[in-house]
Amino acid sequence: MNLDNKNQKNKNQETIIEVINLKNVWVDYDDIVVLEDINLSIYQHEFLGIIGPNGGGKTTLLKVVLGLVQPSKGEVNILGVKPEEGRGYVGYVPQHCLFDRGFPISVWEVVLTGRLGKGKYYKAYNKVDKQKAQDVLDLVGMSEFKGKQIGKLSEGQQKRVFIARALVTDPKILLLDEPLASIDTPLQTEFYEILDKLKEKMAIILVTHDLSAVSVYVDKIACLNRRLFYHNSKEISVKDLEETYRCPVDLIAHGIPHRVLKKH
Amino acid sequence: MMDIFQYEFMRNALLAILLASIACGIVGVYVVVKRIVFISGGIAHASFGGIGLGYFLGINPIWGLIPFSITSALVMGLISKRTKIPEDTAIGILWALGVSLGIIFIGLSPGYAPDLFSYLFGNILTVTSADLMVMLVLDLVIIKVVFLFYKEFLALSFDDEFATVVGIPTEKLYLLLLCLIALTVVVLMRVVGIILVIALLTIPAAISKQFTANLKKMMFISVLLSAIFGIMGLVLSYQFNLASGATIVMVSGIGFMLSWLYKYKYKKCKIQVNR
Repeated sequence: MNLDNKNQKNKNQETIIEVINLKNVWVDYDDIVVLEDINLSIYQHEFLGIIGPNGGGKTTLLKVVLGLVQPSKGEVNILGVKPEEGRGYVGYVPQHCLFDRGFPISVWEVVLTGRLGKGKYYKAYNKVDKQKAQDVLDLVGMSEFKGKQIGKLSEGQQKRVFIARALVTDPKILLLDEPLASIDTPLQTEFYEILDKLKEKMAIILVTHDLSAVSVYVDKIACLNRRLFYHNSKEISVKDLEETYRCPVDLIAHGIPHRVLKKH
Repeated sequence: MMDIFQYEFMRNALLAILLASIACGIVGVYVVVKRIVFISGGIAHASFGGIGLGYFLGINPIWGLIPFSITSALVMGLISKRTKIPEDTAIGILWALGVSLGIIFIGLSPGYAPDLFSYLFGNILTVTSADLMVMLVLDLVIIKVVFLFYKEFLALSFDDEFATVVGIPTEKLYLLLLCLIALTVVVLMRVVGIILVIALLTIPAAISKQFTANLKKMMFISVLLSAIFGIMGLVLSYQFNLASGATIVMVSGIGFMLSWLYKYKYKKCKIQVNR
């Protein structure tokens, strides 16, 4: 199917661009296989949810896309270049929160760090940097906190700042690692609405261990537990889920057997 | 009290304290916020090998110390970043190796090493004008580098991984930061000695961190506190005929405890008011 898409792309300029391509990717840490033969294509404006148990390799997969983890075998392409070169296209919201709540940095400074790293050393942040930082803070609804020390915010608020920091680079791809872990349920809807808006501009991958967290907003779902079960659709069979979680899974779907999260 | 500064060696000592305060106030802030206290201690101790090398070659030990401390900073940084050896293990090993190398070099050097103690624990009353010049130059290097890479160092200290993802060359900058620590060790050596360097790299920054959430302000407060502790320590050591380096560290330590108590009480009051 990948091949078909590629051929189509060549024939027709209007075809949606492939932003991420993983081909037969294997990752191992000290002889322990973490990711096994992963094949994945993601296209512009797609919103993919990846679910899987803790330790299933979800964070590792994101780090492969970011070039932070080197695969032992296989190929990774980010908009046609290597992950290290493609970092400028990728926005990343890490799983971990602050480990030092007393770190002397304000929300504003945190967001601006997203504008670094384009060889602009020795220079102060310019007008464009500041305007973009203001825009993304408005988008996530955190402008009023911009002078605050980040450690003084709640975890949910910190997450929103980290999302702003990832967006300030105008990424083509947004990677979110367990973004909902510390966001209250009422805020989750709001959060998905933000992502729904962002989908116009970028591809989004959201990983989570929490099956119920994947919402109606995602376009496609994959299951990951060392191996990736992905049918380029929003449907997952019970068999896939059971393979992923290595135990019988009680679904999950609201009324429709053998389908996950199709209708709410 | 001011009449003690009529002597040239006391004026030199005062200048040395001010120059040392600049280095440890600025670099100490990174040591504390990036939580690299242990690696800094490792660099300081390992650089004793450089002092030994200086004796062995019959040159001013400071010319052995500068290349040696920078080398040990780079080696520690590279080992902890590029190998699978746990960082603290690597630091512990290199820490002891550097000291051992220094002892062996001194053993091989002809004659007796008379002022060895002053390199280990500092002797601020023997600071020469040439030492002051070296300290000034190193201070200027440190200020310049921090000025150039302030934003990148902040990003690196706050979130190393994210900084890498946005495309900052984090490994190179981390090594550069460790080199600044190595230079700070050289600046502080005359004041408190390489064994006690770690106190001035951590205490002033740790106090200022309790009172501000801005890195630049933290640097200014740390420089100021280092100068105050240094001068108080110098005066006390002169009045009571105590070792200057150790007295400065004791004053700093007491300062830290007082600031902590103040903060603790203040917080308690605030909680009561909130209730």
